[in-house]
Amino acid sequence: MTSGFAPGGEQASIASVTDRVRPVAIGAPVTAIHFLGPRLAFVGAEESVTLVDAQGDGQGAISRVTVHDGGILCTASDGARIVMGGDDGKLVALDAKGEVTLLAQDAKRRWIDNVALHHDGAVAWSAGKTAFVRGGRREDKTFDMPSTVGGLAFAPRGLRVAVAHYNGVTLWFPNMAANPEFLEWAGSHLSVVFSPDNKFLVTAMHEPALHGWRLADNRHMRMSGYPGRVRSMSWSAGGKFLATSGADAVILWPFASKDGPMGKEPAMLAPLQARVSAVACHPKQDVLAAGYSDGTILMVRLEDGAEILVRRNGTAAVAALAWNAKGTLLAFAAEDGDAGLLPL
Amino acid sequence: MAESSSQKIPVTVLTGYLGAGKTTLLNRILSENHGKKYAVIVNEFGEIGIDNDLIIGADEEVFEMNNGCVCCTVRGDLVRILDGLMKRKGKFDAIIVETTGLADPAPVAQTFFVDEDVQKNARLDAVVTVADAKWLSDRLKDAPEAKNQIAFADVIVLNKTDLVSKPELAEVEARIRGINPYAKLHRTERCKVALSDVLERGAFDLDRILEIEPDFLEAGDDHDHHHGHDHHHHDHGHGHGLKHYHDEEMQSLALRTDKPLDATKFMPWLQNLVASEGQKILRSKGILAFSDDDDRYVFQGVHMMLEGDHQRKWKDGEPRESRLVFIGRELPEQTIRDGFESCITS
Repeated sequence: MTSGFAPGGEQASIASVTDRVRPVAIGAPVTAIHFLGPRLAFVGAEESVTLVDAQGDGQGAISRVTVHDGGILCTASDGARIVMGGDDGKLVALDAKGEVTLLAQDAKRRWIDNVALHHDGAVAWSAGKTAFVRGGRREDKTFDMPSTVGGLAFAPRGLRVAVAHYNGVTLWFPNMAANPEFLEWAGSHLSVVFSPDNKFLVTAMHEPALHGWRLADNRHMRMSGYPGRVRSMSWSAGGKFLATSGADAVILWPFASKDGPMGKEPAMLAPLQARVSAVACHPKQDVLAAGYSDGTILMVRLEDGAEILVRRNGTAAVAALAWNAKGTLLAFAAEDGDAGLLPL
Repeated sequence: MAESSSQKIPVTVLTGYLGAGKTTLLNRILSENHGKKYAVIVNEFGEIGIDNDLIIGADEEVFEMNNGCVCCTVRGDLVRILDGLMKRKGKFDAIIVETTGLADPAPVAQTFFVDEDVQKNARLDAVVTVADAKWLSDRLKDAPEAKNQIAFADVIVLNKTDLVSKPELAEVEARIRGINPYAKLHRTERCKVALSDVLERGAFDLDRILEIEPDFLEAGDDHDHHHGHDHHHHDHGHGHGLKHYHDEEMQSLALRTDKPLDATKFMPWLQNLVASEGQKILRSKGILAFSDDDDRYVFQGVHMMLEGDHQRKWKDGEPRESRLVFIGRELPEQTIRDGFESCITS
C-alpha cells in the first residue's frame, strides 16, 4: 500500500455524468441507503427512514416513516425489507409499503448495535455481548460472547453466523449443538464479512487495518497500511475483489485466487486528495462507486481505474452509496442529507 | 484534541473509589437546574434515580492497541458508544462517563488520544475524582486503584468532610497533595460543589493548560486556594504549615528552567522518556520555550501518548520559562532531571 501514485488533480478532464443525477433532498443526516422493491430508502441517523420512488425524478412521492425512538445504530436489507436496530432497544423491520414491524425489544433497553440478514429470512442482531438469531419457526437463539459484539455476518451457505468481538471472531452455528469455532487475532474487531464464495472471512478492526482468515485452514491475512479506520467494505461482482474505504484511494484487495490477498499488494484506484468514505461495487460489472470525505463521488472501472465523475467535491462527506439489484441505479447521500439518484 | 473546537462535545470522566459519592455527584449534576442536557455513560444500570433517556450502560471493555505497548489500552465500548451518540448530536450538550470504583482512568483518557473518530467529535474535558475524606487515607494504602484515580485527576472532590475532624481532613489533603499537587481540590459534604467547578474545565485543552491553572507547577508545597463554597480554608493556626507527605509509590515531579531548550534535543528526549518510562508516567504536561522560537510550545500526555503544539507567541515581558510536570509511579527522578538539563541550549 505504499507504492506511489500521483495525487488526483482537478477532475476537469474526466468524463462526467453529474448532469444526469437527480437530486433528492432528505434534509437530515443519512447513514445508509437500501433499495426496497420499487422504492429507495434513506436511513436517517435518528428516528426515521425517508422513502423515495426509485424510478421517479427524485422530487415527488417522498414519505418519511418513523422507525425508532432515537438513534438508528445499524441496518441490513435483503431488498424486500430493512431491519434496523436503535438506541431505543428495539429491532424493527420496514417494508417497501412503509409498514414498520417490531421484531424484538431489549428488556433492559440496551442498544441494538448490530444486525445482519440471511437470504432465507433469518435475522441476527446483538445487544452488548449477546448475539441473537431468529430463523424460521424456531425460537430465538442467543449466545454470549466474551466481549461486546462489534459486527455480525451470515455465511453465504448454511445457517452460520460470524460474530466479531475483542481478540477475534466466533463462528456460531445457531441450530447445531457443536461448539462454536473461534478465530483468534488480538485487537478489537468491528464489522465482519464473508467472501461470497464462503472461503474467506474479513474483519475491519478498530485500528486502521483489516484482518482476514482463509476458512479452509484459518490462515491469517493481515491487510494494513490504511491511514484511517475502514468503515466501508464491498465485494466486487463475483467476489474477485474486496473494495474498501479508509485511504486516499479505493483499496482493492484481490480474492480471486485460493490464497486471497496473501503476499499480494492491493490495487489503489481513484486517488484524490480526500479520504474515501464509502464504497459500493456494481452488482454485475467490474465497476464500483466511491464516495469521498470532500463529497466527491466517482464511478471507477476496476480493470484500469478509469473514472467517471458522479458528484463534485465541496460538500459534506459521502455517507452512503447503494446500487439497485440490476445495477441500473446508483443512489448516494452525504452526511448532511444531500442525496441523489443516478440512472445509468 | 489540539484544535479545541467548540463544536466538539465535552466529555467529563467521573472516577472515584467505591462509596466515595460518584453517584451522588452524578445525580446532582443531572438534577440541578442548569438548562443543559447530559448524556451519561454508566457502568451499571439502575443506580441513577434521574429519568434520562440518554443514560447508556457500558461494559468497561479495555483492549490493548496492537502497537506493542502494554499501557496503550483503549476503552472499545466508549468508542462504540460515542459513535452511536453522535447520531443524536444536538440532543445533548455534554457527556459524562462514570467509571467503576476499581477502574483505571487511563484507558478512558487514552481513547481520546488514539481514536480518530472520537477526536473528531468529542473532547476530553477533565478527569474528576470523588474521594471519601474519611476513608481515602486507608484506601491509598491498600487500593492501588484509589491512588491511580487521585494521581490522574484534574479535579478532586473531597467528599464527606463532615465526617472527619479538622486534623483528619488536613491529613487526607496532605496525602492527596503528596500524590497530586496540581489538581483542583474541592471539599464537600454530599458532593455539594458548584457544577462549574467540575464541568467545562478544559483540563485537556492545550490552550488552557495555564489559563485554568494559575498555580500550575507552583502548588508543590501548598494546598489549593481555589475554592469558595461552603467551606473556609482549613486552620493554619498551628503555625507549621501543611504537613508534608511523600507517597513512596506515586509522586509528581516538576521541572523548570528560564534558559531556552533545544527543540532538537528536547523532543527526542521526551519521546524516548515516555516510550521507556510511559508505564510509570500517568500524566505529563508542559509549557516550553525553545531557542530561536518565538512561540510557546505546549504538550500533554497520558502514559506513552503525547500531543503537543505551538500555542501562541510569547508576550512581551512574559518570562520565557519552560515548565514541565510529571505525575507517576516510582518516577526515576534523577534520570528525568539529568535528561531535562541536557536539553537546555548551551
